[in-house]
Amino acid sequence: MTSGDAAAAADPVGEPIIEVADLTRTFTVRRRGNGRGRRVRTTIAAVDAMTFRVSPGEAVGYIGANGAGKSTTIKMLCGILVPTSGRVRTCGLDPLKHRRELSRRIGVVFGQRSQLWWDLPLRESFSILAAIHRLDGAAAGRRTEELVEQLEMADTLDTPVRQLSLGQRMRAEIAAALLHSPDLVILDEPTIGLDVLSKARLREFLIGERAARGTTLLLTTHDMGDIERLCDRVLVVDHGRLAYDGTLPGLAGTVGAQRVLVVDLTHPTGDLTGIPGTSHLGSEADGLRQRLGFDAEATTAADVLAAVADRADVRDLSIEEPDIEDVVRRIYRSGGGTSPP
Amino acid sequence: MGVETSAWSPYRAVLASRLRAQRAYPVGFVLDVLGSLLVGLVELAEVWVIFSNVRVLGGLDFSAILLVFGLSNLTFSLADLFVGHLDTLPTYIRAGTLDAFYLRPLPVLGQLVTSELELRRISRIAVGAAALAAGLAATHASLDLRNVVLLVLAVVFGTAIFAALFVCAASVQFFLINGAELTNSFTYGGSYAASQPASVFPGPLKLLFGYLVPVVFTAYLPTLALLGLPGPAGLPAWLAWLLPVAALWVWGVALVLWRWGTRHYQGGGG
Repeated sequence: MTSGDAAAAADPVGEPIIEVADLTRTFTVRRRGNGRGRRVRTTIAAVDAMTFRVSPGEAVGYIGANGAGKSTTIKMLCGILVPTSGRVRTCGLDPLKHRRELSRRIGVVFGQRSQLWWDLPLRESFSILAAIHRLDGAAAGRRTEELVEQLEMADTLDTPVRQLSLGQRMRAEIAAALLHSPDLVILDEPTIGLDVLSKARLREFLIGERAARGTTLLLTTHDMGDIERLCDRVLVVDHGRLAYDGTLPGLAGTVGAQRVLVVDLTHPTGDLTGIPGTSHLGSEADGLRQRLGFDAEATTAADVLAAVADRADVRDLSIEEPDIEDVVRRIYRSGGGTSPP
Repeated sequence: MGVETSAWSPYRAVLASRLRAQRAYPVGFVLDVLGSLLVGLVELAEVWVIFSNVRVLGGLDFSAILLVFGLSNLTFSLADLFVGHLDTLPTYIRAGTLDAFYLRPLPVLGQLVTSELELRRISRIAVGAAALAAGLAATHASLDLRNVVLLVLAVVFGTAIFAALFVCAASVQFFLINGAELTNSFTYGGSYAASQPASVFPGPLKLLFGYLVPVVFTAYLPTLALLGLPGPAGLPAWLAWLLPVAALWVWGVALVLWRWGTRHYQGGGG
């Protein structure tokens, strides 16, 4: 892996692989006004003074509602879109000035668009991409083989891309984006539309790839399973602004999302109200099963359980973690009021 | 796959695959070739019809007009072969597939140009070449060194001029949502203007097609120079020797427009 070592040497520890400061991109939208076809120009900030850094080796989930500014940010990171203002550095490079150099060091998949040649067999797409990236013939062959094996694509290599299923195509897209062994992989909704098995396979592959190469991952998704399995850090973007930057459990805490302790009791018991730091959410089967919500910051599961055990015999218990989609929805709701319509 | 390091190898890989893809559908290919042959012949017939009514048009007789027609058709269809598929840019923009070109370590324009090579256009090239050969024979133009150099200049830089017009037209697509018709009128209109003797144009059109969008350089001026004709006021025949300058001028404009366009690109939604 000499190429990996070279890339690591060029990226001293502490130097961010993505650096975004006050990044803003506005679009002018012309709409038909209410008077006789006169057109009204409005300016919308798709990305609004965004600031964040990503260090090499991190796996970051970039989440937000449709139209929140995720794809716009990614396009500025890759040099596709010109920022209106602010600063962006990807792999230490200015994406606009050094787009071509940058494209050798990043691999990008836009889940809803193909970057492959629709009428060519996969095998041929890979060899063209190897030529485009000027990969050494033997190394390109090895890498292709490795990706084909890990993504289980051997039996689809001779199929034209247009005949692939969505799951097969997505694996092919990812292989194509990783062919040149990039330091930074940016995936824009890689699991959209995939079935559970395909999603699981793709996640396994990405975990393995990161473990083997220390690849940095930036991922946008609507699937919280992707974030839970793949990412150690979450950025939430809302109306073009950064609404949250931290860990996934911390995200739940920020919006006061509750963990829920579910206890099964040996005898029917009255509602367990009044336990410090909890709220009683409901009882089933004459109080044989009760649900207590608690804030992870205010108390611990052990304290709650001890308080419950003082009042009833606990036979079994489980803890429900906050539903992340609900958490994100809460963030959107709380942030929505401060942003322009 | 051997180790290829030449600057052209990535493009060659793409082009080779495009040619293979076209070979995969031979019937469609033959129909396409015949279709564009028909278009070329109809345009030639149009010239014929005009000259069955008049003897001289704009100071040129039928054999000289054949030269103009041949040169303009040959250079335009050569440009069309190499860069004509740039007019699919709006489709790429709308489908968002243009982004993929930004993600590869090659110039976007170079990738777009090499994204296709439509061999069906060879029939138009054949019509243009045949008309040129017929015109050369009919005018008894001597094929001495001077005239051969002139012809080579006309074909090479005439093709370059039309190619630059395709690039200009494509650049404008970044600003227009549905501008394909407008820009087609620019390229195909330019080709039509090139096939006319510019002496029939009123002054402003002479200025437009002679200097701003210098399609007059692709066929009319070289024809005058070949036949030793003086040319109308404002468009002397010796200008034909400035073909490289004219090509350089349109390419300069084209590349500025292209850079401007790619900077203005708003992405294909997402």
